[in-house]
Amino acid sequence: MPEGKPKVAFYWCSSCGGCEESVVDLAEDILAVTAAVDIVFWPVALDFKKKDLEALPDKSIAVAFINGAIRMSEQEEMAHLLRRKAGLVVAHGACAHLGGIPGLANFWDKSAIFRTVYHDTVSTDNPAGTEPQTESIVDGKTLTLPEFWDTVRPLDAIIDVDYYLPGCAPHRDLIIKAVTAILEGKLPPKGSVLAPNTSCCDECSRNETKPEKMSIKEIKRPWEVIIDPQTCFLAQGLICMGPATRGGCGERCIEGNMPCRGCMGPTDQVFDQGAKFLSAFASILDSNDEKEIERLVGSIVDPAGTFYRFSLPSSLLGRKRKEARP
Amino acid sequence: MTQHITIDPITRLEGHGKIEIFLDDRGDVERAILQVPELRGFEQFAVGRPVEEMPRITPRICGVCPTAHHMAATKAVDAVFGVSPTATARKLRELIYNAFFFEDHILHFFFLGGPDFVVGPQAPAAERNILGVLAKVGLDVGRRVIRIREDARGIMAYLCGKAIHPVCGLPGGVAKGLDEEHRVKFLGTAREAVEFAEFALGVFDDVVLKNKSYVDIVVGDAYTIKTYYMGLVDAKNRVEFYDGDLRVVDPEGREFAKFKPAEYLDHIAEHVEPWTYVKFPFLKKVGWKGFREGRDSGVYRVAPLARLNAADGMQTPRAQVHYDRMYAVLGGKPVHHTLAFHWARLIEALQAAERMVELLEDPAITGTDLRNLPTAIQGEGMGIVEAPRGVLIHHYSVDEKALVTKANLIVATIANAAAINMSIEKAAKAYIKGGQISEGLLNMAEMAFRPYDPCHGCGTHAWPGGLPTVVLIRDHTGAAVRTLRN
Repeated sequence: MPEGKPKVAFYWCSSCGGCEESVVDLAEDILAVTAAVDIVFWPVALDFKKKDLEALPDKSIAVAFINGAIRMSEQEEMAHLLRRKAGLVVAHGACAHLGGIPGLANFWDKSAIFRTVYHDTVSTDNPAGTEPQTESIVDGKTLTLPEFWDTVRPLDAIIDVDYYLPGCAPHRDLIIKAVTAILEGKLPPKGSVLAPNTSCCDECSRNETKPEKMSIKEIKRPWEVIIDPQTCFLAQGLICMGPATRGGCGERCIEGNMPCRGCMGPTDQVFDQGAKFLSAFASILDSNDEKEIERLVGSIVDPAGTFYRFSLPSSLLGRKRKEARP
Repeated sequence: MTQHITIDPITRLEGHGKIEIFLDDRGDVERAILQVPELRGFEQFAVGRPVEEMPRITPRICGVCPTAHHMAATKAVDAVFGVSPTATARKLRELIYNAFFFEDHILHFFFLGGPDFVVGPQAPAAERNILGVLAKVGLDVGRRVIRIREDARGIMAYLCGKAIHPVCGLPGGVAKGLDEEHRVKFLGTAREAVEFAEFALGVFDDVVLKNKSYVDIVVGDAYTIKTYYMGLVDAKNRVEFYDGDLRVVDPEGREFAKFKPAEYLDHIAEHVEPWTYVKFPFLKKVGWKGFREGRDSGVYRVAPLARLNAADGMQTPRAQVHYDRMYAVLGGKPVHHTLAFHWARLIEALQAAERMVELLEDPAITGTDLRNLPTAIQGEGMGIVEAPRGVLIHHYSVDEKALVTKANLIVATIANAAAINMSIEKAAKAYIKGGQISEGLLNMAEMAFRPYDPCHGCGTHAWPGGLPTVVLIRDHTGAAVRTLRN
């Protein structure tokens, strides 16, 4: 590690800014963090970024927190550069960790997305059929844009990732623990997810109301019912991703009386969160009738978009239609 | 020799924002362009999702203003099912929304836009940030800013599950109610918020309005563009954040249109350019005439100053006093001075805080009637709210299972995209002459877009250290001849 206060970088790829906001929400604790580290910002002018970063000695940044999925060419280039310059890379938040909600775009490809956004949306007025171009000429001057890939990928599909800070957005306690562990050099094995390896159900205040076997006759959707604020969502017939999702999130959605959607990703033992949910769900249904189980599971609307709400790009599915990328 | 300047701030929302400035042979500004080099495609991947999940999916458009997307989506889902929230749920949604408006506006004033004024537009770049603000107003004030924001976000987190990416909105109501203990606690926060907003307006008064050189910049031509303005208004044409009709005034301040959210397609269309991933909304009845000011151009502006211009007044008494004062000081309505967005933002923060008090003083807000359950699927619905950064439109169509078949989203920052381009170009033309480029240019050009509080920039500015910006000057071969940075 270089002399002086360790340098920390934050960078965002295809993301919403919520991960940055989660750091701002540390409120007064942020003053302690800034006292202990030098926060390095990355201006995004492509030439500048490359030159400026390339000028730094390799590994001179102690840790780079990178949030967001990889959607555009520029993000991929930046991820590689940061990997070279940083001793540790942390995939910060659900998008970098799993692909996140922007990863739902993997149900389509670039041409479908462009058709919708720039042609078919009802308020779009585009008689000339214009689409954004990686290179265009305005008044004789050349303007460039990064390439939009067909496929959204999590950070570890692009570069080697040392740690994962899960959640959308990550809970403040997890952020503080991660920063503290890095500063004190008390880090778990490389590749660890920096959160408890227990399921959301294990930590859920409603766990006692979760029956061993559930006699669900119908799957309910949140719009159809008044949601009881104390009872296990699954016992109410509502899909809750808790059994297939890692805890440590503070169960904030459940405190808001809404079921889990899986933003923390699966626990260490599980690779595919959606497959895990299906097996967990089938096992708790109080029925030996395979047809009945099939009927119930079949009545779940948008299973792929629900079981893989945050993890489609990192799942076994990856994307809807495999193709050479980009 | 033709030069090419790139101002490249670290930015947010649909990715980064990048400003390209082209100089002609004499070194004067020929054209300035703001590019947004990212797209995620929410309108496509909304398709196939259960519509009631949209309030949990669309907040990921923006993690700085997720509550705006959550609420626009929730209202669109109400419309899809043809239900209205219960009386209690409506109060709770408004409470959440006003708490959000207050904390977001305060964040902007003290952390993002404020440094320009509080520290000073000519101050060294290294001081034009939150640390500079703290040095000027004192660390105690800084702690107060952090604490009042944290408390307001505490209200949101309690009712929404999470302040970042709320979960509470359901068709016909909300998932969680408010008990008496929390009502009393939050009322205390709301009353503090009113005092804090008044205090912030006092800071603006002391630092900006009592300083003639600042006022000269505010009213100067470099930061003035004449456009249409759009904002939500209530039944009395007062500024409204959560609900109401959309009203448009022309560059002379006369009502040009007033319409229901469901009629937005008669009034708003979006233009596509090849050099950016965002579209440019414009007034359909005027038409897209390029990046031009005036009543013949369909460019309109949204966000705080636009809302005040489009309305006849504020909803709350203290905010109304400041509203009247602003227009008296700046020469009547409408105000076209872009830097006045900062002032309007604080007046809105005060209205939001006063509304929080009103809502929390009403014991009915602790009611238990939280949901009207839908009984039918209407098929289509629009939800429009004012995001802190302007009019936000969500529009969904669904199939017989209430799965989304089509989505259309017009995001607030994008509604100002054309005006931001024009404001930057105008400021650049005023401050860059004969190839003379100083570090001051950097801030003067930046000051042209910060009033809009474009979402690109939110997360960054909040850090101690300020907005890192690079101006890259290239000669006609594309080689960098000079780099400026703060």
